[in-house]
Amino acid sequence: MDLADLYRDVIVDHNRSPRNRGRLPGATHHADGDNPLCGDRLSLDVELEGDVIRDLRFEGSGCAISTASASLMSEAVKGRTRIETAEIFGAVHRMLTGEPADPARLGKLAALAGVREFPARVKCASLAWHTLNAALAGGRDPVTTE
Amino acid sequence: MAAAREAAVTLDLARVRADFPVLARMVSGRALAYLDNAASSQQPSAVIDAVADYARSHHANVHRGVHTLSQEATALYEGAREKARRFVNAATSSEIVFVRGTTEAINLVAQSYARPKFGTGDEIVVTRLEHHSNIVPWQIVAGQTGAVVRVVPIDRRGVVDFEAYLALLGPRTRVVALAHVSNALGTVLPLADFIAAARERGIATVVDGAQAVPHMAVDVRALGCDFYAFSAHKMYGPTGIGVLYAREPVLAAMPPWQGGGDMILSVSFEGSTWNHLPYRFEAGTPNIGGAVGLGAAIDYLGRIGPAPIAAHEHDLLDYATQRLAAIDGLTLVGTAPAKSSLVSFAVEGIHPHDLGTVLDSHGVAVRTGHHCAMPVMEFFELPATTRASFGLYNTRAEVDALVAALGDAIRMLR
Repeated sequence: MDLADLYRDVIVDHNRSPRNRGRLPGATHHADGDNPLCGDRLSLDVELEGDVIRDLRFEGSGCAISTASASLMSEAVKGRTRIETAEIFGAVHRMLTGEPADPARLGKLAALAGVREFPARVKCASLAWHTLNAALAGGRDPVTTE
Repeated sequence: MAAAREAAVTLDLARVRADFPVLARMVSGRALAYLDNAASSQQPSAVIDAVADYARSHHANVHRGVHTLSQEATALYEGAREKARRFVNAATSSEIVFVRGTTEAINLVAQSYARPKFGTGDEIVVTRLEHHSNIVPWQIVAGQTGAVVRVVPIDRRGVVDFEAYLALLGPRTRVVALAHVSNALGTVLPLADFIAAARERGIATVVDGAQAVPHMAVDVRALGCDFYAFSAHKMYGPTGIGVLYAREPVLAAMPPWQGGGDMILSVSFEGSTWNHLPYRFEAGTPNIGGAVGLGAAIDYLGRIGPAPIAAHEHDLLDYATQRLAAIDGLTLVGTAPAKSSLVSFAVEGIHPHDLGTVLDSHGVAVRTGHHCAMPVMEFFELPATTRASFGLYNTRAEVDALVAALGDAIRMLR
């Protein structure tokens, strides 16, 4: 387990300067995510136009992995349809659980590949994605990684 | 004898470390620095061997058989109870109830002592720095009885406000539940003062001693508390065994909280009669091997003595406090004048879980999170902290390893 493989430059950069941080006044969808073991919290606003994610913003407190994952996700899914988003999530999920990765779909998200070597941290990386799923599903209950 | 006692004023650290086999192992290619003793401490060979010897040569059920093994197992189990009695200076071994740990002990008190007696508007007083195990059992019994939980505030250092405590003790206060030592901050409560104030007012006292017993001598009769709970696995013993000390007149008036074998004298479908103390509170086959391990841990601590342990751990605390305070952007959380040997801290711009992962890659084991004390985290407006907690086998070199690993984390992540 190489620490440099977990905290790649892209991760550190997105943790230091998260993209798409904040609230979205025109949000059509919203969800809160919670990782009770870590105390990580994420609040996600999504503006959906038809089937397309026009914009999304997140707020919350979390470790470098969960913050970078949320930031990278926000860049990856902006302008994507629901189906495209689900495909990206599928690729991320496979990468985090050690299945063969799909570099074409992942793009910059491939920076999260090192997380799979640190099982205690996989939940940190997946929190944002579960929260996005919940927001798109329109559920009202907060999501939890437990 | 006098010479032996004098020689024992300082700890023979190399010898102590050799007693704990796990300390020889490597983690992430480095020597393990185990600084998570407040979560669970490691076991010396004396404990490991005692438990194994019991399993190899003496195991049978206790209090039941006339055969040799059953008698040996019973003698070992009751021998451990007597060791626990001496360890906290209880008057009789009937005041020592074996439980799974501190959490179960407090639940026992809440359900068996408080629940039958408490009613609407009765008050349960706890402090802001309690572990969840000394909050949630009281919330449950409050829900069952209509009692209310009231909270003694702490200040920015993590010191419990004694004047506010006195002001909270009123005609409806039925029990106060206090951590002897805070697991999240290390604050040592001036327990005798807190207990005396409750006793003067006829209020029952429950002490969570889990974080105290590995570090200091405890005398329940000098303290005058009604209940004192602790766990073996935080004092170099095994998990799944702990002790509830309860003053005999109080315990004698309590109904059983679990029914089953070993807690009865007779059973018929017309009714059953309860066994004598403390067996009334030990339904079912107990954790016999665990009790043997606890007894061995008590013997081990006794051989070293509380004074050398306290002196060594305070040296580590002072050294760690001084070295950590010199790190730019590091804030110590919990700065009470009276502290046990742990340091809780936050590093600006770096989440505790990232610190924990980087430290682990240096072989340094610490706890990161809310330490099962979420009201404490809320008070300091932190989601989590990093906590290094020291035991009798830790060294200044391990503090240095912690500091070096923190430097690495800051370079990598800030």
